[in-house]
Amino acid sequence: MYQSDAARLDPYQTQEPQSAYQTYAVGRDPYQAYERAHGPYQSREPGYGLHQPGHSPYDDQIPDPKSRMLAIQNAKAYLLKSSTTSGLNLYDHLANMLTKILDEQPTNAVDIIENISKDVKWAQFQKKMDTLRDEHEILPTFEAAEKRKALFLKANGGGDEELEEEIGETPLPNVMETAFYFEQAGIGLSKDESYHIFLALKKLISVQPIQTCRFWGKILGLEMNYIIAEVQYHEGEEEEETEDEEVIEEGGKKRGEVEDKDEEKEKEDEPPKSTYKPPPVIPKEENGTGANKYVYFVCNEPGKPWVKLPPVMPAQIVCARKIKKFFTGRLDAPVVSFPPFPGNEANYLRAQIARISAGTHISPIGFYQFAEEEGDEEEEGGAGRDTYEENPDFQPLSVVEMVDSLTTWVHHVQNILKQGRCVWLNPFQKSEEEEEDEEEEKAEEPDELQQEIGPPLLTPLSEDEGIQNIPAWTAQPSTNLIPQYAVAILQSNRWPGAYAFASGKKFDNIYFGWGHKYSPENHTPALPPPVQAEYPSGPEITETRDPTLEEELAFKAAKEEALAAAEEDDDEEDVEDDEEEDDD
Amino acid sequence: MEAASLPAALELAAGGGAGLSPEKRAVLGASLLLLQRDYRFERVWFWGCIQGVRGSYYIAEGLGPDRAAPRSRLYSLNCVEWSLLPPVTEEMVAQAEQLKGRFQGDPSFEYEHIEINAEDAERLFEDGKEPTIKEEARLVATIEQIDRAVGIIPRGAFVKTPLGSVHENRNFEGLSLTEAKKLSSYFHFTKPFNLKNKTLLEKADLDPSTDFLDSLEHDIPQGSWTVQLEKGDTVVVLRSLLWLGLTFYHVPVTKQYGYIYFGTGEKNFDLPFML
Repeated sequence: MYQSDAARLDPYQTQEPQSAYQTYAVGRDPYQAYERAHGPYQSREPGYGLHQPGHSPYDDQIPDPKSRMLAIQNAKAYLLKSSTTSGLNLYDHLANMLTKILDEQPTNAVDIIENISKDVKWAQFQKKMDTLRDEHEILPTFEAAEKRKALFLKANGGGDEELEEEIGETPLPNVMETAFYFEQAGIGLSKDESYHIFLALKKLISVQPIQTCRFWGKILGLEMNYIIAEVQYHEGEEEEETEDEEVIEEGGKKRGEVEDKDEEKEKEDEPPKSTYKPPPVIPKEENGTGANKYVYFVCNEPGKPWVKLPPVMPAQIVCARKIKKFFTGRLDAPVVSFPPFPGNEANYLRAQIARISAGTHISPIGFYQFAEEEGDEEEEGGAGRDTYEENPDFQPLSVVEMVDSLTTWVHHVQNILKQGRCVWLNPFQKSEEEEEDEEEEKAEEPDELQQEIGPPLLTPLSEDEGIQNIPAWTAQPSTNLIPQYAVAILQSNRWPGAYAFASGKKFDNIYFGWGHKYSPENHTPALPPPVQAEYPSGPEITETRDPTLEEELAFKAAKEEALAAAEEDDDEEDVEDDEEEDDD
Repeated sequence: MEAASLPAALELAAGGGAGLSPEKRAVLGASLLLLQRDYRFERVWFWGCIQGVRGSYYIAEGLGPDRAAPRSRLYSLNCVEWSLLPPVTEEMVAQAEQLKGRFQGDPSFEYEHIEINAEDAERLFEDGKEPTIKEEARLVATIEQIDRAVGIIPRGAFVKTPLGSVHENRNFEGLSLTEAKKLSSYFHFTKPFNLKNKTLLEKADLDPSTDFLDSLEHDIPQGSWTVQLEKGDTVVVLRSLLWLGLTFYHVPVTKQYGYIYFGTGEKNFDLPFML
């Protein structure tokens, strides 16, 4: 009763679903075609009874074609029954599924058939249940894209005048060129990001009065990263940071007021004043010199506004050497550490930038030279020169020479001394003037500090100490295959992430990293200071145990007895006196 | 990361400033394909680069039909010629953990054991071996440690078949933006430790075909991953703070993901102090 048409391709087994599609479209019974595919099954196999030619549920009911048609219609009606829970029916679902499969034609569809079925059902639901129109989702990505697009818009107003200014000498560094050289060594950000930084720097320059500008590098953080620009202001246009100084002065005044109050209270009994004098605060270097030679601007992402970092204080550098903390990415985040860092993350970032610059900013020898001034060395008392200028007669060395030995590179940033400054300052010179007024209160004389001397400016890298057995720098050419156009690349091992390149007359430094120094040993935080000693016992003041309750009561009782005895005596005397008076 | 998508992937993972030079990129395209041919790998992953003092090691991993099986690791000094590393043993990992300091850059360099426990010393001396470890062994042990600790994949990217082998999930369309910012959407691609310790309530939500690995949520110490959106919030980048240099990227709602390591190959033991 079932036509076995061998010529008809079987839809289930064939690799060409088109024929099945056509079979379906033509209107031949899919049920029939589907079921014809399999041979006789054993009764215990799964699927038994479902599509057995001789054992289908309708077998005994379908003797002739008319009844068969009825059976087929019954089957189709069954398939068309809507589900009570979802409103779908199997017929439509299978139809949609097969349509989707035939449209997309994934490989090995049979393996992912369940997933396809799920996907089709999902799609159904979304269309049916939504009576509201979807509002276009405002993703946060759109806002970020807006900011980035803003970078690319040319500033309005000015027009021709601005063009002239731009084409002339501009402090804007050629970020893409530097990125190209570093890319030869595999260092650097993606080209997109470099270009965005380029434009962000351009924006910075248009806003601030900047003389020189450089892309210093990128420091990674926990929540956000920092992109750092190193700038120098035009001379005379610098905004003096008077805020910090005012704060310090006010603090001093407050201390003065407190002291006055103390003096008033001296008349009352007071515990002995502590003779502890905090070590004098070392003043920061002037803006434009030493560790504060450059001003740094940071932003989290190109497109966001640039924030100026405050100048660095020696105390911050000294503390930053002792702690090791990740940056969070928010400049106002507190730095929780021991020893407590005097400042927030902006100060810590500035201190680390200062340390990295001092440790890793290098240039080919001869590029910078000292400005020729006579008689300088003796006058400065061995403090060393701190200014340099570009050498107009610079002859670049070949890449091979630059890579082979480290004497061909020099530091052009002053070394930071232990004190936290580049130029040593004796903090007690000032305080001696103050102490003249308070001679009486001089308790101890401070120890004389040794003048700290660091390596002078423009020292070659060969003087850099390595760490254990690792040299301080690793030098490599960018490529061994094409030495004619290779670039000399130096990586710092002391500050992992600091790189420098030199190629002909061009060179640059950059930093990409987390902002920490390398140490082969694990970081051990400073231990808290030892517990302070107690007040020494002496003949004047000794410590004794407090009397216990019994002792106190006994003492009280004894005292009362003594009083009572004394009163009795007095009474007796009075009585005697009275008696005497009476007698008289 | 997949060798086939290396150029695009390097652009996405370059936020940390580390990448490959154009020369290396060009040669990797060819040499990784040849690796696949020579070793009959089904997939080749470019694992990353470990920088030694005198040279760098470029590492590639080859995967077979079961993606969760132990992988073959190869290293190269110039991305042209690759050498197979010996399979890693627990002993190697234990020895390598004691070594500190940078890699030298020379595969035949021998470290001398400085600190040995008494027991280890007896064991080693019994075997007649001297307490040295070759840099190759240290290299493969470090790669294994890094893979175990911080090799991650997005949830749903791999499925486990009923037979136990693991395949890429062809229905994986990427994580949504909100999901991509959560640490629980990423798994360690290694033998799971904590799966059985989950509460029944959590287990009820799991789908055994995709949730067969540990997620990053319960990593110790907490906060050892940074999740950031880069490139104008279009790429999710995870960086490990335990092994500084490991970067994982994923573009939400697409199939692009991968991780790569560029670093010195040293564990960051100071992590608890730095957080």
